Amino acid sequence: MSTMTYADRQVDVDVDGFMTDPSQWNEEVATAIATEAGITELTDRHWLVVNFMRARYLESGSAPSIRTLGKASGVPIRELYELFPKGPAKLAAKIAGIPKPRGCI
Amino acid sequence: MNTQANGGAPQSIEKVSIIVSKGSLEGVYPALIMANGARMEGIEANLFFTFFGLDAINRARHEHVKVATVGNPGLHLATWAGGIPGVSSLVTHKLAEEMEKLDIPPIPEFVEMIAESGAGLYACKASVDLFGLTKEDFIDAIADVITVGEFYGLAAGGQIIFT
Repeated sequence: MSTMTYADRQVDVDVDGFMTDPSQWNEEVATAIATEAGITELTDRHWLVVNFMRARYLESGSAPSIRTLGKASGVPIRELYELFPKGPAKLAAKIAGIPKPRGCI
Repeated sequence: MNTQANGGAPQSIEKVSIIVSKGSLEGVYPALIMANGARMEGIEANLFFTFFGLDAINRARHEHVKVATVGNPGLHLATWAGGIPGVSSLVTHKLAEEMEKLDIPPIPEFVEMIAESGAGLYACKASVDLFGLTKEDFIDAIADVITVGEFYGLAAGGQIIFT
């Protein structure tokens, strides 16, 4: 466990840079994590995915699968990969300030 | 493990090309999970369906891929019992229920998902010719029917996984 500073806020992260305490998150932190991951601008479509991801995690305790993201987030799978080219499930989770998803699907 | 000449850090995998040669459920799923998993990590992925693996992309057959209940010791079912009509369908149905609980999609939906994720799906020309099939027998997500040589061309610079 280590800490990172995003948007002047210190947050706890795991070895892969995923936040371990979602309560330390805010939208400025999300933007800073996205920038670091190479996403220069978080569009409304990005936010739709990030907010869905966060809401699902907070309500169920685990991150949604790509399948669920594609069906229920309002963003189809093809577009998910355009928005988050380096892997939508993990990158969106990182930006959403939730722990690293452990699912294989 | 491959290491970079400069520094010795392990190289990350950039591309995988996965060959699907089996037509049983347990033969098809590992390849699909690996291809989908690759795309989830931002790794480029190709799927090459050959021989009975073609069933996974055959319009008429992809909903009917079944667990092999005969000659499958991992199932811990007596061979005579596995051969009783309906047992393969029953085991497949039970497994499908368990998979749904884990959010693992049925084969047709999974293949579609993988195509939408940007992976390239290809049918093996030799097998297509052997079984007297044409491109029209396959789902629309198939990019092309290609030769083994073309497959190697697509796979160049990446890892090849045979299943």
